[in-house]
Amino acid sequence: MALSREQIAQRVAQELNDGDYVNLGIGIPTLVPNFIPDGIEVMLQSENGLLGMGLFPTKDEVDADLINAGKQTVTMVKGASLFSSAESFAMIRGGHVDLTVLGAFEVDVNGNIASYMIPGKLIKGMGGAMDLVAGADNIIVTMTHASKHGDSKLLTNCTLPLTGKSCIKKVLTDLALIEIKEGKFHLLERAPGVSVEEIIKLTDGELVFEGDVPEMQF
Amino acid sequence: MTGLDKIVSSYEEAMAGLEDGMTVVSGGFGICGIPENLIKEIYRKETKELTVVSNNCGIENYGLGMLLPKRQIKKMVASYVGENGEFERQLMANELEVELTPQGTLAEKIRAGGAGIPAFYTATGVGTLVAEGKHHQIFNGKEYILEKAIIGDFSIVKAWKADRHGNLVYRKTARNFNPMVATAGKITVVEVEELVEVGDLDPDEIHTPGIYVDRLILGTFEKRIEQRTVLTA
Repeated sequence: MALSREQIAQRVAQELNDGDYVNLGIGIPTLVPNFIPDGIEVMLQSENGLLGMGLFPTKDEVDADLINAGKQTVTMVKGASLFSSAESFAMIRGGHVDLTVLGAFEVDVNGNIASYMIPGKLIKGMGGAMDLVAGADNIIVTMTHASKHGDSKLLTNCTLPLTGKSCIKKVLTDLALIEIKEGKFHLLERAPGVSVEEIIKLTDGELVFEGDVPEMQF
Repeated sequence: MTGLDKIVSSYEEAMAGLEDGMTVVSGGFGICGIPENLIKEIYRKETKELTVVSNNCGIENYGLGMLLPKRQIKKMVASYVGENGEFERQLMANELEVELTPQGTLAEKIRAGGAGIPAFYTATGVGTLVAEGKHHQIFNGKEYILEKAIIGDFSIVKAWKADRHGNLVYRKTARNFNPMVATAGKITVVEVEELVEVGDLDPDEIHTPGIYVDRLILGTFEKRIEQRTVLTA
């Protein structure tokens, strides 16, 4: 079975280390806070100027002046801090964020990522994504493995305008956990009940693996 | 306005001198912390051919989105325009020019403009459409592109509290781009929710010192919420 959005978020949460400062993109990454493992402390950075993002507010706590990067109302945790957009991106571009999780339309074997526009169809803009992929070492891309029509999103070469070049090393899809190195996709784990053959079939770029590929554990 | 007193008495006075073809730099992220009444005044004045610099372009008929139906914006410099259907329509129909700019680069361009720095190098955008036609330079083995600063004819800012000298305090994530925007206007206009006496703000808590502010007005705000998300019990 392919992973649900919640399961993808749950598997990403296993990559969090105690003491990490983490930036979560919009979409699936916003579900990650629900699955932070017990016993570890992390701080969530929101690019619009908040370090220490909490859960959504109760009805009474809703504050128009307190939102996240997805423009959703949020709360702050104890120890949170507030700052300007320039300061926020100093954290991001200066390499101070330990882990970045963001979505994408396409990723290729050279670690290129496309996530902000589809020419002639969709122009949303890159927001902070170009800064994040250029500034962070440790990035996890979360996306579905293939489109609804079965077209692979893991390619030999990205076809859409790039968000960043040679910057992605790890991809978690609804089918697989993949590492990118030496111009290849390396299959590390597969979703429970999903065969290696199914993953190969839906991966356009060169995919390699060693021995028995383990299933993800939850 | 006399001496260091920056208060003006009307929105008309606040935006006096804004002309067709000028560049307006605006604070705000989404519709959080936007100078909503200063934008309404631009709408009312029907100023046209504007270049507008802001992270987003509001939503339909609110915030900077108000300036779209009458085609008052010629060019938009923004990082994300995803929430606005009319914006996307004008863009696809080539009725509007847009310069998509990475958010951190945009913040830094405005900060640099206000700080007298004409350009700076950044790794953001290398290898993408953003880098096309820009000067590339290698520092310590890594490639960077040269990005130019932004200065506005007018900067429009929303703050929470101010004193008459234009010392400003922002509130929560409504701060966002406002502190940089306040520094980057030939004329900086600020609207606030609350005016306090000079001396009432603790000098340690002031986010934007009054030196950057030319005009100040007390407003009332609608403060709409784009995505009202709440915990479900």
